[in-house]
Amino acid sequence: MTNRPITQSPNRLLEVKNLKKYFPIRKGFFRTTIGNVRAVDDVSFFINAGETLGLVGESGCGKTTASRCILRALVPTSGEMIFRTKEGASADLAKLSRAQLRPLRPQMQMIFQDPYGSLNPRMTLFDIVGEPMYVNGMTNRKERVERVAELLRLVGLRPEYMQRYPHAFSGGQRQRIGIARALSVNPRLVVADEPVSALDVSVQAQILNLMLDLQKRLNLTYLFVAHNLSVVRHICDRVAVMYVGKIVEMANTLELYAAPKHPYTAALMSAVPVADPRIKTGNVELKGEVPSPANPPSGCYFHPRCEFAAEVCRKDAPAFREITPNHFVSCHRADELRLPGIG
Amino acid sequence: MTNEQMTNGKMENDAVEEVTLGAVFASKAEERVSVASNWKLVWWRFRKNKLALLSALVLIAFYVVVLVPDFFATQDPEATDAKLAFIPTQGLNLFDGTNFSPWVPAVVGKRNPVTLRMEFKIDETKKVPIRFFTEGFKYKVLGLFETNIHLIGPQDPQSADWLYLFGTDRLGRDQWSRMMYGTRTSMTVGLFSVILSVILGVLLGGISGYFGGWPDLIIQRLIELLQSLPTIPIWLAMTAALPQDWRPEQVFFAITIILAFIGWTTLGREVRGRFLSLREEDFVLAADLAGASRLRIITRHMVPAFMSHIIATSTLAIPVMIVSETSLSFLGLGIRPPAISWGVLLQEAQNIQTLALAPWLLAPGIAVIIAVLAFNLVGDGLRDAADPYGH
Repeated sequence: MTNRPITQSPNRLLEVKNLKKYFPIRKGFFRTTIGNVRAVDDVSFFINAGETLGLVGESGCGKTTASRCILRALVPTSGEMIFRTKEGASADLAKLSRAQLRPLRPQMQMIFQDPYGSLNPRMTLFDIVGEPMYVNGMTNRKERVERVAELLRLVGLRPEYMQRYPHAFSGGQRQRIGIARALSVNPRLVVADEPVSALDVSVQAQILNLMLDLQKRLNLTYLFVAHNLSVVRHICDRVAVMYVGKIVEMANTLELYAAPKHPYTAALMSAVPVADPRIKTGNVELKGEVPSPANPPSGCYFHPRCEFAAEVCRKDAPAFREITPNHFVSCHRADELRLPGIG
Repeated sequence: MTNEQMTNGKMENDAVEEVTLGAVFASKAEERVSVASNWKLVWWRFRKNKLALLSALVLIAFYVVVLVPDFFATQDPEATDAKLAFIPTQGLNLFDGTNFSPWVPAVVGKRNPVTLRMEFKIDETKKVPIRFFTEGFKYKVLGLFETNIHLIGPQDPQSADWLYLFGTDRLGRDQWSRMMYGTRTSMTVGLFSVILSVILGVLLGGISGYFGGWPDLIIQRLIELLQSLPTIPIWLAMTAALPQDWRPEQVFFAITIILAFIGWTTLGREVRGRFLSLREEDFVLAADLAGASRLRIITRHMVPAFMSHIIATSTLAIPVMIVSETSLSFLGLGIRPPAISWGVLLQEAQNIQTLALAPWLLAPGIAVIIAVLAFNLVGDGLRDAADPYGH
């Protein structure tokens, strides 16, 4: 990427530059590498302190892989992830060892998609919510009990539930427990990997409002990974759209929804159901299949499915550029296209 | 407002609070489930399986015999008397008429004028009174203190009429007493070799599953190699290689190790699979992201998650070991006389002549069947109960 638009700013909490995560495809007796799945393929974005950045895309586009690379649950293939620590120093998360990473762990926490798999069924709520505190040095049990009670109250559960096991709770309640665990070590950045996708619609709003409320109270920064554009619109300040391992567009939520610049974003918008039958959405239909990240097409990855594709799209990969202030897009024809949004 | 009304009002308030907080727990029983640990849930589920519960009781009974075989034995298992060979089974009667007064029919011997062999018959008319907790030969309980109290015996220890519950073998040794000692050997061989296999299997399977890469490759190929070997010839070769002059205890431990050497492979595979799947679990990732050490993740999150499965699998592995030991000893390659095991006892029933003359010598075979069945039923019950969360 030659035309890198991202600039330094004192407000940046996390700045991801040219992040790549390739998974080797191995074959045969000697397990020789015959190719790579480019799950995250040269992705750059930033998150400002106190805001919520949505990372959206279809399943398999690499949004979860990207978020796990940031938390270093996965080791990225290359790239930089500059994190501003509590102490004001900058650390490149991509280059730290497991031991160096440990003191930074409490500053970045995660909320999981599956409220069932993310809580150890053999531990009580006290042990689950208290574990991050314990491994980060709060060994006094009484202190932990008080803090866990406080956290449970914070996420809308009763402190008496501390002695219970996760099997006693519903999906929404479990997600609250997961949030309490993430918040137990006072993180600055919280990566929420589809936190409401596994919940009933009625519970989704409760959890989203809880997250918004907690953000205000605790000055949290969210990286919100989702595939549901309505949910993203509700909670995010800015949105980045991913397609086959790349970010194709990133802008403020209002702007992105009102005037998408990338045909793929526009296609996603047109798929959002609108609760008013009189409103005509400009239907941009997506044809064809999502290409495989193991064997992506030439030029712009989206060109085989794009109705506006020109010759240049087939040949050259478009640069990720700032088309208007804070609106980034990677499309050759972004300047000329007028795409319908759902403002 | 009366006191009662106030209480009602308070209860209503509580109820409202419960609802607003999204809690749906009303009754005490549900609260009990809410705070029940994994082991409690497993036990509650296991408890529902009556057959498994019964089998567990049978196994407990077997292991009580393992602890104090001498107490259940009626006679010294080594005492031989060629004149008392092939005495048939005496049926134990608990009631004499309507009174509780246990007795066995007496045994009368007559020399067969053609074969000149002593032949014993049950004489139903003559009753030998039997009492519980009688005095007999001296023995040590768990090697701690000496006693001569036995569970069952003739009322008069000095009387000429002996008690042979399961008859005698060709050397006039009491089959019942020998079976008690055989139970001790056979049940402990099974248990010890499974414990050894569990240690080997969890260690090697854990390394294989947690670290992956080349240790995994080597261990998996080793398991495949061991599993591809036909077990009986391998056991034969290994036991045949044991020095002939080893004492029975040494042979016992050698057999245990030989059985475990092959037996750990299945368990190793199981543990590896568990590690592989648990490594990908979100709650393990959550602990990792919290900054927990590898040791903590393994001991606090991974091992407890497959412990109940390991216990179920090992319970199912014990009968295999018992049968293996019995077959080896039956073939004369496992535990050897004078040590007693079920296999050694069954050796006595190897030829058709003894079988025709003394079918009661097959009794240890029935003990094997009961033990194996009980272990399998308990193992099945544990396996079904092992994952109470129903994934």
